[in-house]
Amino acid sequence: MGQVRPKATIMDEKAMMRAVTRIAHEILENNEGSSTIALVGIVRRGATLARLLADEIEKIEGTRPQVGLLDISFYRDDVTRCIAPVLHKTDIPFNVDGKDIILVDDVLFTGRTVRSALDALMDFGRPATIQLAVMVDRGHRELPVRADYVGKNVPSSHEEDVRVCLEPLDDHMAVEIWDVEDEKNAGGAN
Amino acid sequence: MLSVKNLIDTNSLTADDITQILDTARSFAEVNSRSIKKVPALRGRTIVNLFLEPSTRTRSSFELAEKRLSADSLNMGGSTSSVVKGESLADTIQTIAAMNVDMFICRAKLAGTPQLITENTDAVVINAGDGKHQHPTQAMLDLYTIRENFGHLDGLKVAIVGDLAHSRVVGSLAPALKTMGADVTLVGPPTFTVDDPTWFGCPQTCDFDSVIPDMDVIYMLRVQLERMEGAAIPSRREYNRLFGLDGVRASRMKEDAIVCHPGPMNRGMEINTEVADAARSRILDQVSAGVATRMAEMYLLLGGENNGIDA
Amino acid sequence: MALMLKGAHAVDPQSSLDAVVDVIIEDGKIAKVGEGLTAPKGAEVVDAKGKYLVPGLVDMHVHFRDPGFEYKETIATGCRAATHGGYTDVATMPNTDPVCDTGAEIRYQIDRAHAAGLCRVHPIGALTRGEKGEALAEIGDMCVEGAAAFSDDGHGVQSAGMMRTCMEYVSMFDRVAIAHCEIESLTENGVINEGRASTRLGMFGWPALGEELEVARDIELCRLTGCPLHVAHISTAKSLDLVRQAKAEGLPVTCEVTPHHLFLTEENITNSYNTNLKVNPPLRTQSDAAALREGVCDGTIDCVVSDHAPHAAHEKDCEFEIAFFGTIGLETTVPLLLSNLVSKGKLGWDRFVQCCAIKPREVLRMDPVTISEGSVADLTLIDLEAKVDVEESYFESKSHNSAFLGERLHGAASDVFVAGRRTLKDGVVA
Repeated sequence: MGQVRPKATIMDEKAMMRAVTRIAHEILENNEGSSTIALVGIVRRGATLARLLADEIEKIEGTRPQVGLLDISFYRDDVTRCIAPVLHKTDIPFNVDGKDIILVDDVLFTGRTVRSALDALMDFGRPATIQLAVMVDRGHRELPVRADYVGKNVPSSHEEDVRVCLEPLDDHMAVEIWDVEDEKNAGGAN
Repeated sequence: MLSVKNLIDTNSLTADDITQILDTARSFAEVNSRSIKKVPALRGRTIVNLFLEPSTRTRSSFELAEKRLSADSLNMGGSTSSVVKGESLADTIQTIAAMNVDMFICRAKLAGTPQLITENTDAVVINAGDGKHQHPTQAMLDLYTIRENFGHLDGLKVAIVGDLAHSRVVGSLAPALKTMGADVTLVGPPTFTVDDPTWFGCPQTCDFDSVIPDMDVIYMLRVQLERMEGAAIPSRREYNRLFGLDGVRASRMKEDAIVCHPGPMNRGMEINTEVADAARSRILDQVSAGVATRMAEMYLLLGGENNGIDA
Repeated sequence: MALMLKGAHAVDPQSSLDAVVDVIIEDGKIAKVGEGLTAPKGAEVVDAKGKYLVPGLVDMHVHFRDPGFEYKETIATGCRAATHGGYTDVATMPNTDPVCDTGAEIRYQIDRAHAAGLCRVHPIGALTRGEKGEALAEIGDMCVEGAAAFSDDGHGVQSAGMMRTCMEYVSMFDRVAIAHCEIESLTENGVINEGRASTRLGMFGWPALGEELEVARDIELCRLTGCPLHVAHISTAKSLDLVRQAKAEGLPVTCEVTPHHLFLTEENITNSYNTNLKVNPPLRTQSDAAALREGVCDGTIDCVVSDHAPHAAHEKDCEFEIAFFGTIGLETTVPLLLSNLVSKGKLGWDRFVQCCAIKPREVLRMDPVTISEGSVADLTLIDLEAKVDVEESYFESKSHNSAFLGERLHGAASDVFVAGRRTLKDGVVA
């Protein structure tokens, strides 16, 4: 039996919300307001985070930026290695041409997901810029990718799994570290 | 993950398999609605379109699906069992397979050909229609079209009408509909009925007019030209009069019932223009569903762990 | 040289024999049958303890493909297969290339078989020239050269008028007309039994009626012409009923069945489309097979034949619908009958001997062979303990297209004697 509780909790709900508020401010500051920005969340947790960010930006600016969902299943470089993932329909209900796109994901790790997301976004048009916002950067990059906005840098080992828990997908809000072995034993991976 | 390695017939598909295919197809339908209708999902995979019988619609649908998945495809045709004269199909398949291809899409005049291909290659095989046996990718696009229309498949009443005896469409569609909980009725003149309807577990009747008012879906089959004019039915005119779906018959359908046809249509034979082009016709939806569902099938079969490629 | 078979359980209903005896063979004939015999000086003694001794087995329906299709089988390889299967005599069907429709073709086969020196071959001549169903073949000429019977096996004579002419003509010789019953207008394109199997696998059906209607026709022609009729490879319960009724009326009608129609059904053809199960007539339903097994046991069916139909690998390793019809059977018929019927007590040894030795000789108008003093020493020794794993390496036949590949059977011929000459010795062909 694997453990049923995380090895450590890095951020609680309050810390996460503070990070979301700070990132919202940084985005507005970098882009001189909200007029040209749009958020695109990578399903599933990136999409939830994108909605939280849009809420904060609306509180600050009074206008809500548009939010899209991106499923990168068809763009992964590991389709031939893992089982076909559960698919969620991509939904980008606006024209990306000329926009400053804030790509949102929960954890930045190897950079491969972001690489796939960049390819996918490019198939929708030609944004002016694409900026990357993540809740956690855990290091171990395999591609030359960096985040523009980071909730928290969490140095981790390969034997660890960093999880961002978000309501309503999870029953609580937190950033946690789990042992990979335990997760496998619990049948969690795939 | 599908429970099958190859897509040969619909009898081997579970309800979960079919649901996965239809759900995945919705994501591909979104891709097909973009201005750039292409994803790199199957980049670098090689797919052979082995069409041993002429086909325009199915073949172009598969080719488009392959291009939109960024797969590399190779088209091979032939009008007989062997693509190369005098060579057996087994030899042809082994020769092509030796070039390391990932998937065969096979259309054949003879029943069981796709199964024979699976015995000669490790590549994934999709049956694009074999003789009068099965046409599973047609069934999936039909189910997709019907499900998108009604939101569900279970409990629907579907009549499949026409040349049942020589139809690979009914061979796949009837079992797939049954698996998903729909009620199927087979309708056709006795010279067109299947040898043993109990295999499908469906009632079979030649009284088209009596079943029309109960149906949610009326699925008209194409009558092959060589069966007209005396071979199995006396004439085009008489068939249209007894079994053609015309405006009068369509007016007796349920208000929200729909009409499907696998194409190509013989207008004025099994279906009349006033019905083929009417609001309740889903015939063009079926065509566009064909690309999305075929993308889903190829993606799920090649993206799965059963494809023999190690990490 | 003299030979003594010691301690075999001999079964021969013709001489009311069903006991453990010794048999002494001299000059190709049976010299003595009895208990506790002493071997003559210099005689080879074969210990046959625990084995069954029966009159030499006869398969009256085989295809040796020679001349014309020697890549499938030759008379020499066919004779090896027949010997391996336990037979002293076989009758070959005339659908060779050229069709066996003249006395010269009959003589060719007899000579070739003689040269092979294993079993005897009794050629069956065609009823019509080229088996085309249009004109009478030289039936009398073939009789003179040694034709055992006449048949257009592989097609059947489509025209009732032509079949009447054939049977009228044959009736002046002491020979039977063997009917392959298939009405082609009903079986066109058919490759599998019409019904559930044809629906399940999406292929054209070969309906039971296609056979039954022609069985009925030929029985009536038998009544009209007086020509004895033998119905080949009967496959449905209804056909069997027609024969049963004809026999009850006293008509000279006999029939035969193959092991594949007895022990396999359309349900054995799965979506793997095993082409070795593509046979003509097609495998039928379970109730048909059950009725046929009953027919063998109750005597309505006279003979069990293999319909040995060799085909090269490339003619079977293809799509079902274009694969050739037929399965080989000479080397599996006896093991199948022993394993599935005799060992299970469903078929008595006397019925086995009737079906595989006595009746075929009657139908082919051959001299009877008995286990008694003075009879020609055509004998088959059967070992019920022999294990037969049906795999390609088992066969002596040039082709390996067996519907029973993969079967594990018990019981087979261990020794065969043709006029006293041991052509099969401990399961090995001489």
